[in-house]
Amino acid sequence: MANFIGGIATSHVPSIGAAIDHGKTQDPYWKPLFDGVKPARDWIEAAKPDVVIVIYNDHASRFGLDMTPTFAIGVGDLFAPHDEGYGPRAIPSCQGDPALAWHLVESLVLKDEFDVAMVSEMSVDHGLTVPLSLLFGQPESWPCRVIPLCVNVIQYPQPTAQRCFKLGQAIRRAIDSYGSDIKVAVLGTGGMSHQLQGERAGLINPAYDRQWLDCMAHDPRSLATIGHTELLREAGSEGLEIIMWLVMRGALDEAVHEVYRFYHVPASNTAYGLLVLENAATPA
Amino acid sequence: MNTIATERDYRDIPGTYVFDGAHCQKGYALNTFCKSLDVAGNREVFRGDPTGYLDRFKLSVEQRRAVLERDWLGMLRLGGNIYYTFKLAIFDGLTMQHVGAAMSADRMTVDDFRAMMGSGGRPIEGNRSVEERRRG
Repeated sequence: MANFIGGIATSHVPSIGAAIDHGKTQDPYWKPLFDGVKPARDWIEAAKPDVVIVIYNDHASRFGLDMTPTFAIGVGDLFAPHDEGYGPRAIPSCQGDPALAWHLVESLVLKDEFDVAMVSEMSVDHGLTVPLSLLFGQPESWPCRVIPLCVNVIQYPQPTAQRCFKLGQAIRRAIDSYGSDIKVAVLGTGGMSHQLQGERAGLINPAYDRQWLDCMAHDPRSLATIGHTELLREAGSEGLEIIMWLVMRGALDEAVHEVYRFYHVPASNTAYGLLVLENAATPA
Repeated sequence: MNTIATERDYRDIPGTYVFDGAHCQKGYALNTFCKSLDVAGNREVFRGDPTGYLDRFKLSVEQRRAVLERDWLGMLRLGGNIYYTFKLAIFDGLTMQHVGAAMSADRMTVDDFRAMMGSGGRPIEGNRSVEERRRG
């Protein structure tokens, strides 16, 4: 049986990827952020997942307005970085895990009635690649296989926070029922508070972010009841993507142990947040 | 069953253009133009002949003007989505801080905007709703 080893929530700000790619991680602007992320890197290096399922959103890269899947799973065997206007990032392509991805799809659709879209050809943008760079640095190839799970958080109506939480629970059931003896981690990406657009651009709401960080471990169900208007208002129009953290949280047990937490403002126009969570107790 | 209508209370969030169905429909041609800049060859053609390239897309007169004048806020009001209009900003060699400054209610310079982010960003207090902003 596959072994679920825990989850990480992290923002996926594109300029963090640029800082890594251009050797700026020790610059005064960036050093505090990269120092703060180090314990999460140590955690995942020790945990050594065989596969990470990355919950992220596409930013008008693979998917345009011609088609917006609410939830889409990459079932292919290779995911290349998308050209977001600067040329593709000089990072490795992600090796997929089609066997687990198809198992996820079957379990989600047939057992949990989550009718996800299945995508064989899928380039991945900063939403997925920045968290990998943050956690794994600049290796020749990523140290684990990657299953992209893309959530629409751009086109209203986005899935509800509750639905995201339930998707996480369904993902966990799928992992637990997978026959192969592999270690799987789930990354929930995006957030925290930020607004890129309009006269309110630059919005940051540390008190609201703290509320999310405080509740993720021990009271995620209260977060799952939050509606979109509150998120748009308090976290900012782009900060709504924090609902993807709840997919990761849903994959964990009710009782969790908060291994690590970090919060930093600003990363470009965004509040950066990071959480590492494990199940509280492993049954003997 | 007025749940859906009630959820549109996001309209009282100041300076925020929620990309709902109506907005998507209004901005479809504009965003499609922006998306086309993903392709390097298209960027070349657009650079060489901006108005000719724009003729390929069914932009409204106002959308066309907003694109040519780089009216970032105007593009949002005309149905643009920031992830799409930002492709035009990348084309111009601009950063999200440039665009953020240009869209700001207070007409900030990019240095002002960067300084604001460096000191914790735009505060939520006074910016939650049109009413709260009016009260200041």
